[in-house]
Amino acid sequence: MWKWLHPYANPEVSYHFTGKLLPWLSALTVIILSIGIVWALAFAPADYQQGDSFRIFYLHVPAASLSMGIYLGMAIAAFTSMVWQFKLADASAAAMAPVGAVFTAIALITGAAWGKPMWGTWWIWDARLTSELILLFLYLGVIALHNAFEDKNLAGKAAGILTLVGVINLPIIKYSVEWWNTLHQGSTVSKLGKPSMSVDMLWPFVFCFIGFALLVATIICIRFRSEILARNSIRPWVKTLVLAQTSLSITKTKESN
Amino acid sequence: MQFDSFSAFLSMGGYGFYVWLSFGVSTALILALIFNSTMGHKQVIKNIALRQQREAKLRQVRKQNKQSTIINSNPSNEVSP
Repeated sequence: MWKWLHPYANPEVSYHFTGKLLPWLSALTVIILSIGIVWALAFAPADYQQGDSFRIFYLHVPAASLSMGIYLGMAIAAFTSMVWQFKLADASAAAMAPVGAVFTAIALITGAAWGKPMWGTWWIWDARLTSELILLFLYLGVIALHNAFEDKNLAGKAAGILTLVGVINLPIIKYSVEWWNTLHQGSTVSKLGKPSMSVDMLWPFVFCFIGFALLVATIICIRFRSEILARNSIRPWVKTLVLAQTSLSITKTKESN
Repeated sequence: MQFDSFSAFLSMGGYGFYVWLSFGVSTALILALIFNSTMGHKQVIKNIALRQQREAKLRQVRKQNKQSTIINSNPSNEVSP
């Protein structure tokens, strides 16, 4: 039943498939993300309590939930690679880590810039903020381990162990606002059944969220392709592909001269 | 449109600094990540091409060495290291 998935475990098939996917993915990202951002900045109503500082929400919440989502994806990839020795999973985990780190940093920075006018402080050691900061350090550790070994399989294994140990941080981030009495507010969007947002704020949020998710997918796609090439550099298909690409660029520069 | 003028849009009801700080830093970080990712792809291809060239050169030198030893047909003292 799941046999159609099998060819995608082949690095060459994956490389060409993601190559075909990439232009569509990036086009869709540009369209949806620009609609979302323009809507959020100029057309969404201001919050009745927070005024226009509420517009930071449209950046902060997608970045924060994607920072956790990417970590979950990375952990699933690390687990797959460890249990089934599936090498492409290591490549995808290595591709996800820097993207996750950047989105965690965005969540922290936008959170600080929102906290200053609303709470009166850039930073406070509250449970949500501290656990999100630990997430950033976990990402940095995983990136460092991926680059620490010449042997990519060994690097993937070491980074995978750290990734799986760090999964414990995800429920802590998620439920920190419920378990501890903190300054950070509870969830605004995901109250199932009845979101506590008005519809003219919810729609721009949906566009921003999907737009950022697509952006993450696009960047991971690009990095995944580089990882595949780097890990399979001695394979014949990579050699012919590299030869074709470099000879193409040489003829291009010759023509321009 | 929520704002009457462009300056009102920039001031964001007094929160302009915080809103534009958030959007500015995020845009800069994302652009840097995109740049790093696309350049990384080109760099990988370049590195593999360079290694291929080096290997091809090595192979050629080895072949020439072998041929020269055959031509000299005196392998005992003519083999170059």
